[in-house]
Amino acid sequence: MIEGAKWRRWVFFYVPVTAFVVGLLFPFYWMIITTIRPDRELYRPWSAPNYAPFWTTHPTLEHIRNLLTETLFSTWMLNTMFISLAATAISLFCGLLAGYALSRLKFPYAGLIGTAIFITYLVPQTLLFIPLADIIRNFKLGDSPWALILTYPTFLIPFCTWLLMGYFKSIPKELEECARIDGAPRWKAMVYIIFPVAIPGILSAGIFAFTLSWNEFIYALVFLSSPEQKTVPVGVTSELVRGDVFFWGELMAGALLGSIPVAFVYSFFVEYYVSGITGSVKG
Amino acid sequence: MATYGSASTVALRQQYVPAAQRGPITRLLEDERRLAFCLMLPTMVLLALFIAYPFVNGILLAVTDTRVGMPGHFVGLDNFTKIWRDDIFHVAVWNTCLYTFVTTVFKLVLGLWLALLLNRHFRGKAFMRAFILLPFIIPTVLSTFAWKWMFDPTFSVLNWVLFHVGIIQTRINWLGDPVMAMVSVIIVNVWRGVPFYAISLLAGLQTISPELHEAAAIDGARAWNRFRHVTWPLLLPVTLVIVLFSVIQTFADFQLVYVLTGGGPANATQLFATYAYQLGIGTGLLSQGAAISLAIFPILLLVVIVQLIYIRRAETL
Repeated sequence: MIEGAKWRRWVFFYVPVTAFVVGLLFPFYWMIITTIRPDRELYRPWSAPNYAPFWTTHPTLEHIRNLLTETLFSTWMLNTMFISLAATAISLFCGLLAGYALSRLKFPYAGLIGTAIFITYLVPQTLLFIPLADIIRNFKLGDSPWALILTYPTFLIPFCTWLLMGYFKSIPKELEECARIDGAPRWKAMVYIIFPVAIPGILSAGIFAFTLSWNEFIYALVFLSSPEQKTVPVGVTSELVRGDVFFWGELMAGALLGSIPVAFVYSFFVEYYVSGITGSVKG
Repeated sequence: MATYGSASTVALRQQYVPAAQRGPITRLLEDERRLAFCLMLPTMVLLALFIAYPFVNGILLAVTDTRVGMPGHFVGLDNFTKIWRDDIFHVAVWNTCLYTFVTTVFKLVLGLWLALLLNRHFRGKAFMRAFILLPFIIPTVLSTFAWKWMFDPTFSVLNWVLFHVGIIQTRINWLGDPVMAMVSVIIVNVWRGVPFYAISLLAGLQTISPELHEAAAIDGARAWNRFRHVTWPLLLPVTLVIVLFSVIQTFADFQLVYVLTGGGPANATQLFATYAYQLGIGTGLLSQGAAISLAIFPILLLVVIVQLIYIRRAETL
């Protein structure tokens, strides 16, 4: 704790911490309050005398109802869920195998391949979306969830591989050697001995991959065109804004509901998520 | 022998089959190189198809005059000379650099401050750490819409607060004014990035032994000097890696600006990625769009190389 007088503790600790928490969480509060605020209160200018910004006296679920009945929001949720789960599964599968090979096996060009994967880890999606859109069109994958399920692993696999490599390196080699001496073939030692021990690492990578897929925007924006194929971020952006008209109540309801799956997964696995972040940085 | 094996190896031993009787595939996979090849195969195929191939395809696109639905002809470096002379492109380059630099400085300072605050023991710490990460995990597009609503000129809660605190007399036109639009975009990016910096730096801080601090304190070092001479040098390698990641992401940022301003007003917040999107997808000039996104590459490469050199130097110190 801070040494010295009580006021020092306030100035150097409580005040800044409170400011950070309020600043970081206020937009979420604003999302919630906008969702349940009736339209006539919502569209009252901030300079109006009866503008009561921080609460509402007439909470309503009308925006949520509109969102669920009059838009394709629930379809977008299902699309996003399916795409995120499939992309995560593919990436975990590839990342597990590649991570194991790169951290445990000796083979020609292993170092080079490891570096190449690290470099792709650093390639942002915005660098490739135009040529990739061309390729997706040539593969006849346009406007289908598979366009995303196959392209999301390009930024998820390097991340999963990198994270799991670090994890595999921390597992003692003796564990595997024991099984090998007892006559287990290589692949069995890998699947039955090493993978179960790596479950915390797999969970971290999986949760991280899932939230990254749910969050992805530019590929989904470019590769999907029909409203019923869209993911939540793209659907909300394109279908709840008509020209210059923003349906703010529905937009905020969509933002709120669209965040729930990610927040839900996150709340159960905070520790794994945090170790995913720190693991991704430490490499 | 059994006393040496753990429970799981005993289980495996029961399925033991002499090497000669094993299936052909198992025997093939006993070779380290062959197994490695099989394990790397799915990853390499996916990365080759959707990273390497588009990269090459991007270069090929950039030297033609392809538009959507029209096969192009080879035009050499025309697209690059065109964007080189394009004023909007210059604006986008300048904006991207400014945006990256300013947000990185703020994210680093605020993130470090928050990490230092969270590095203390207090009640509800785990709880708070979990909540603080929310801006980072919630889909950017969705939280950016909340900000867009907060920035709305007529209904802005920020204006209301600033007015009632007495900081402003008239409304701020957050997203309509060129300078304020850039400020707004920077605010949202910093808001989203600070938790990532804080949590990663916190992990770095926790690896620093408290004994070092105690030793420095006994030697009479005040808080600032302890930070300057103990914490900061030990934290530097982690910090540089975090900055490297963040700079790349910020440099190529798209969704935040796309939702908040769409690059406007009058290209005041146009970034590399939004401009590439606008030309390549919006107007269908695929080849010019590809040329712009390729132009990110050398700049990004330069930034990454400089940072990697710094990281190596910091690690060998």
